[in-house]
Amino acid sequence: MSPLLAVFEPGGDAATALYIVAFSLFIIGIKMGTHPTTAKRGNLIAAGGMAVAVVTTLLLDGMGNWGLIVLGLGIGTAIGVIASIRVQMTEMPQMVALYNGVGGGAVALIAWAEIRHGISIGEDFPLDSLIPVLFAGVVGSVSFWGSNIAFAKLQDLIPTRPIAAPGQQVINAILVVAIVVICVILALDHESPSQALFVLLLVLAAILGNLVVLPIGGADMPVVISLLNAFTGLSAAAAGFALDNVALIVAGTLVGSSGTILTLEMATAMNRSVGNILFSGFGGAPAGGGGGTGEEKPHVSIGAQDAAIKLAYADTVVIVPGYGLAVAQAQHAIKEVADELEKRGVTVNYAIHPVAGRMPGHMNVLLAEADVPYEQLKEMEEINPEMSRTDVAVVVGANDVTNPAAKNDPDSPIAGMPIIEVNEAQQVIVIKRSLSPGFAGIDNDLFYEPNTSMLFADAKQAAAEIASEIGNL
Amino acid sequence: MTEITIFVLAVFVGFEVISKVPTTLHTPLMSQTNAIHGIVMLGGLIVVGFANDGLEYVIGTIAIAFGAINIVGGFMVTDRMLGMFARKPRPKGGADEKGGA
Repeated sequence: MSPLLAVFEPGGDAATALYIVAFSLFIIGIKMGTHPTTAKRGNLIAAGGMAVAVVTTLLLDGMGNWGLIVLGLGIGTAIGVIASIRVQMTEMPQMVALYNGVGGGAVALIAWAEIRHGISIGEDFPLDSLIPVLFAGVVGSVSFWGSNIAFAKLQDLIPTRPIAAPGQQVINAILVVAIVVICVILALDHESPSQALFVLLLVLAAILGNLVVLPIGGADMPVVISLLNAFTGLSAAAAGFALDNVALIVAGTLVGSSGTILTLEMATAMNRSVGNILFSGFGGAPAGGGGGTGEEKPHVSIGAQDAAIKLAYADTVVIVPGYGLAVAQAQHAIKEVADELEKRGVTVNYAIHPVAGRMPGHMNVLLAEADVPYEQLKEMEEINPEMSRTDVAVVVGANDVTNPAAKNDPDSPIAGMPIIEVNEAQQVIVIKRSLSPGFAGIDNDLFYEPNTSMLFADAKQAAAEIASEIGNL
Repeated sequence: MTEITIFVLAVFVGFEVISKVPTTLHTPLMSQTNAIHGIVMLGGLIVVGFANDGLEYVIGTIAIAFGAINIVGGFMVTDRMLGMFARKPRPKGGADEKGGA
């Protein structure tokens, strides 16, 4: 349609060379992401790689329908720009889930278009492109719907608690079997695969995506988001096989690796297998009865002023943030407390559990937003040996990840989960709205330890009060 | 087979490079790799660019829009986040620098 723009032969050497440039830039970009001082430039380099890939594709010989291309690019860019400017740092998990979902959706749609295209040509569909198309369609569709459910849960559009129907495992298993059977039928019939069957495949995968993520509760989200990220990456790589496009293969595989690494790390940090997280919602069985029943056990409750005094006369303070910090938007207020303490010569560090928050590294982003220096963000393994030398540990909006029962009680549902050992500190202050149990639905033994003081309040308000009390001392 | 070779090598490169990213930067890593898988938009461009049937136009255009959200939003939001990490670390002890931006 527009021969003026025809520069590269599709599948030709020049286009392939530029695609290689593109994926090299992705790898360099990710590599620079290993340190905060270079990461921002790395991200720009990766974005540059993307620009190379997109421009190369637009200059392929034979491209037409420019009106539609511009329309799609325009709408997508506008939404992407607005969303990324407006989103708050506390909302990052749902933003990532949403972007992940649209990526998966794009893969599924492209797979569908490829099937239609193949059928309309009327030639034998070679298996080495049909199999990747089927994979891309199924995994892309699961990822799209799964991510949308994850988004809706994180955004509180649907309840975060696990929603499970009876017999759900059986339904999931039947769906998986049906999907495999349809894939086999389509592959056997590769001379003229049925488009209707392919669409049915997309629909079944969509139902599966919904059913798998719906029963998963909030605190398991870091695993789910990482896993869906890996899925979308792998489905993009599969689309690359179908389209014979090296840039897609390499880029998709990189994302698949990254998502896989993060998924495994998150699962390890909860001492649970990925299968266990996906297929047995643990908040789903509150039958253990730990949840807020019975009379209150004895605990010490204090006010902001007492907390301020404890903190101000300490030498070392460790702050342990959790999802509650994000909910209360308390990151800036906490930073004020730390500033006041540092003015008095107190050493302040932050202890970050790998699954604190709703996605890998969620707390780090929030604290970075509040200008907490990178060096003060300590990983669990790094801070635990320091805990016994810590005067005061402040737990803000974290719960299960500080529960000593994980270490001491082999019968606890979270037994074996690595925790931040705040109970080792001389004193512990827990800022929390009530004694209610965390996601795992079990009581936190920490709250009843003799060296623990509970400060019942909204995290942001409490932190602001403590900061001003310290200032007045 | 060439493509499978590329795939397998990319798996190793991916694991090698990504396992070096520190925990602190996991959220930006995830949102950056997220943006990178937006590269499937190329598939949408190719579908629409060479399409000659109504449904393919629709499917392809939606795929392009989805891909563009993924790419543009992903890279921009990563840039925003990394801007927060890149700020100068404050010298220890010196206290009262207030966060700008």
